[in-house]
Amino acid sequence: MNLLAEDAPNVLAVPLDELILGIVAFLIVFWALAKLALPGIRKALDERTATIEGGIERAATREAEANALYERYQAQLAEARTEAAQIRAQAQSDKLAIVEEAKAEAVEAAATVTARADAAISAERASTIASLRSEVGTLALTLAGKVVGESLEDDARARATVDRFIADLEAQAAGH
Amino acid sequence: MSGSALLAADSSCHLNSGCGFPAPDATIFNYDAIWQFDIAGLTFHITKPMLMLWIAAAVVVVFFVLAFRKAVVVPRGIQNIGEYGYLFVRDGIARDTIGVKGDAFVPVLFSFFFFIWVLNFMSIVPFLQFPVTSRFAIPLAFAVLVYLLWVPLGVKRQGAGSFFKAMTMPPDVPKAMYVLLIPIEILSNFIVRPFTHSVRLFANMFAGHMLIVTFSVATWYLLSPSIIGVLGSAASFVVTVGLTAFEMLIQALQAYVFTLLAAVYINDAVNAH
Repeated sequence: MNLLAEDAPNVLAVPLDELILGIVAFLIVFWALAKLALPGIRKALDERTATIEGGIERAATREAEANALYERYQAQLAEARTEAAQIRAQAQSDKLAIVEEAKAEAVEAAATVTARADAAISAERASTIASLRSEVGTLALTLAGKVVGESLEDDARARATVDRFIADLEAQAAGH
Repeated sequence: MSGSALLAADSSCHLNSGCGFPAPDATIFNYDAIWQFDIAGLTFHITKPMLMLWIAAAVVVVFFVLAFRKAVVVPRGIQNIGEYGYLFVRDGIARDTIGVKGDAFVPVLFSFFFFIWVLNFMSIVPFLQFPVTSRFAIPLAFAVLVYLLWVPLGVKRQGAGSFFKAMTMPPDVPKAMYVLLIPIEILSNFIVRPFTHSVRLFANMFAGHMLIVTFSVATWYLLSPSIIGVLGSAASFVVTVGLTAFEMLIQALQAYVFTLLAAVYINDAVNAH
């Protein structure tokens, strides 16, 4: 193995030119990436983060708004319910009052009608009694005159007699 | 003699043809200069791996400039892929290791990870087929840069006294133990560290390439008109394919390990223990 002993190089040898080329190559790669490539992606990622965070913030704001709106709506709804209940109760009591009033009015009207009818009936009766009394008196006197053969008409005495007779009849009727 | 020349010279060699197995050796990692020039008395040898170094640099820069130059909030196409890589380095390496101060080091970690990955990946790209990081000078160059970043950074952020104390005097240790510990800590944190950092990457890529070449050569060498030859050749081919798949994993893993260690060292510098 003469060949190996002669030709095999030290694998850990460090040629100075390669070391320098390696350093320079890396520095150029680093410079180019740091200046030309990476700012673009960093900016895009920052923007994305901002967009996502902004989106989350907006969503939170919207949620708060929606919650406030919902609460307000709930409050309004409760208020409306209370109001409706109040109105119903009011209507109920109004209804009772109206019915009572109508009843009272009707009773009053009926009483008026009854009173008027009673009055009419009384007046009728009075006039009937008066006319009956005078007619019965006249008829009786005429009849009696015919029976006794003398006129008893327009005689104060005769009238008093008739009146007394009728009063007796009434008293008798009342006594029964 | 360069590696390719060695293989070319032995390409007619097969089992039972009277020559031994042309086992590849360390020479396959050496290439002749395609072009060379002098700067300030130093001769630069532009070999195939050095050319690939610049190809890799161009690939990384062009890809990510195209992906990120017009980055938009809702990613499309190439930006999606690039963004996945960016978030991997930022969240998985920088922030996980260094914390909130890690964001400032994303560009340097990102550059290390993707540059090293592409340099490793060239090991299995047809016609290139050589991991540039198996030239020890390249991982060492990167490790030296990491070292030159974190040591001055630690002095600047924590002050020389507390930084070196934190790095050499572990807390909650009996005083007498420091006689033993301080030299060990100095040796492991300040002297050996750049070498372990670079050798880990170099050795993995070196060994992986050596394995693939060995089984590729075996596939060709064993291919001969005999049952053992055909079976052996087929088996070696299957192993070569399997090793290639395995290498893809190792390439990404070693790029990740190197970058993660760089982040750990930076963390030593910026976050006081």
